[in-house]
Amino acid sequence: MDDIPLLTTVSDGRRLALVAAGSWTVEQADELERLVDAAARQRGEPDAVAIDMRRLERLDTYGAWLFERLVREFNVAGRDPNVVGMPDQYRALLDEVSHSNRATMDRRRTNVIANALVVVGKTMASVGADLLAIVQMYGAVTAAIGRMLLHPTRFRFTSMVHHIDRVAWRAVPIILLITFLIGAIIAQQGIFHFRKFGADVFVVDMLGILVLREIGVLIVCIMVAGRSGSAYTAELGSMKMREEIDALRTMGFDPIDVLILPRLFALIIGVPILSFLGSMAALYGGGLVCWLYGGMSPEIFLGRLREAITLDHFAVGIYKAPFMAMIIGIVATVEGLAVEGSAESLGLRTTASVVKSIFLVIVLDGFFAIFFASIGK
Amino acid sequence: MDDLRNDAVIRVRDVVVGFGDVNILKGLSLDVYRGEVLGFVGGSGQGKSVLMRTIIGLLPKRSGSIEVFGVDLGDASVDERQSVERRWGVLFQQGALFSSLTVRQNVQFPMREYLKLSRRMMDEIAMAKLEMVGLKPDVCDKFPSELSGGMIKRVALARALALDPDIVFLDEPTSGLDPIGAADFDDLIKTLSRTLGLTVYMVTHDLDSLHAICDRIAVLADGKVITQGPISTMLASEHPWVKEYFRGKRSRVQAA
Repeated sequence: MDDIPLLTTVSDGRRLALVAAGSWTVEQADELERLVDAAARQRGEPDAVAIDMRRLERLDTYGAWLFERLVREFNVAGRDPNVVGMPDQYRALLDEVSHSNRATMDRRRTNVIANALVVVGKTMASVGADLLAIVQMYGAVTAAIGRMLLHPTRFRFTSMVHHIDRVAWRAVPIILLITFLIGAIIAQQGIFHFRKFGADVFVVDMLGILVLREIGVLIVCIMVAGRSGSAYTAELGSMKMREEIDALRTMGFDPIDVLILPRLFALIIGVPILSFLGSMAALYGGGLVCWLYGGMSPEIFLGRLREAITLDHFAVGIYKAPFMAMIIGIVATVEGLAVEGSAESLGLRTTASVVKSIFLVIVLDGFFAIFFASIGK
Repeated sequence: MDDLRNDAVIRVRDVVVGFGDVNILKGLSLDVYRGEVLGFVGGSGQGKSVLMRTIIGLLPKRSGSIEVFGVDLGDASVDERQSVERRWGVLFQQGALFSSLTVRQNVQFPMREYLKLSRRMMDEIAMAKLEMVGLKPDVCDKFPSELSGGMIKRVALARALALDPDIVFLDEPTSGLDPIGAADFDDLIKTLSRTLGLTVYMVTHDLDSLHAICDRIAVLADGKVITQGPISTMLASEHPWVKEYFRGKRSRVQAA
């Protein structure tokens, strides 16, 4: 069967005879398309065209469409092919495809440079829209806190405790481990390089100030953004996809009160605690390395630490924590509520939530650095 | 009818399927013949969808055999299985369209995987399939989340038909559609099964579909097919559940 060509073209200059054979089905579609297009290219030359379908064995949608395309190509050239021997059983199928692809799809040609400009413009507009959404959420949350103060019993305390358990309590081991390691690494690097000019003892100053002011809170916030911010976005996003948030609204609940406030408060309470624990673990790790690697006894380390740092250093770190928690929570919930119907959108929003909250945490940290420097702390 | 009997495209024999300690299908046997529209009915939780999912290989069976196009799927090689899978299309209850692809890409997805076709051919075939299921050309660049329930079912049907299958499995095709939409969908299935020579295996609850388009109906109860035949057989049956189902409060007989 393979040796019979699916479509044979016989031309004597004025008359073109096409003979179809075999199975015009999906398996042969690729080869058949080439044959059909080759035959159609000769459409201009002959006066009369005949298509013989008597030896056709099977026809499916693919074959029927290619037959239709062949006939149309000749029609465009002003020839009306004379079709003989089309089996009756395929009549309905051919009728069906003869209505297809009638509408011309106009695909607008686009300019590459214009496209690039469009992308840049859309990105800028979406940055603006993001900022606006964050400000809106901030306003909505403030209003919700106001309502909560008027009716304190309505606050979902149980839900908040549940979220504190998830974002703070269960994060303690991993936060302790990571900050411990970071403290140890900072101390090791400090000792290694400061020793060259005999300044090893200042490692304690560097460790204390760096950890308490910056590293403790930053590492914790980055961890929380990745661990809990993403979870908030995914939870709220899938609730939005399954219309659970709409259901809440129709029952007269504000999703901000029910879903967002408890999550936000859990972060605002949890992140300072985690920052404190993280700073202590980092100092512990640093102290351990100073003792084992730098040969500085714990008494000297603690004495030096007491001289090097003041309560201000500690306070600066802890003051920043709730603000950063707020940013993480707001970005996560804004992104969660922006999820649309598709699974892809959920993934995009979750990624965006983590990236944006880490970015904003670092920007905020910069502003805090300027602020504390200018008030002399 | 006798030559039809020999032409069973799906042959299910003594199939047992269960979850945990419970067997849902207890030695079920069923034939589906070439070119027919078979309606499969049964109470909720009796395992209608379980049988369909077992035939298409989404659920494992505990014993028995399932033959599709004469290939025993239990001991078929990967290639044999794949060539059978190419010849069936499945319409899931919720459509199961890929939400990150447009309508056109959804319909083209099986073509891309299995066939080597030019871009133009794929676009034209996808458009032809979409028009066959009664959709307008302008839906082709939309995403599934922008479509109504009825449109999702139609796109999912177009995707199921993408490779011109011989069998289509429909899981409650008319559920969630309004009566007019459901009747349209019934007509569509009937027309397509005639024009494309399709064998249709349809799990349904819709009495109107059963009356309008099914050549044969099989009734599932207690893990077995308790009766099968055309609608007249169902209406004449004295089995209490069948009687209640086809001649109960919501049936046409009662309404008329």
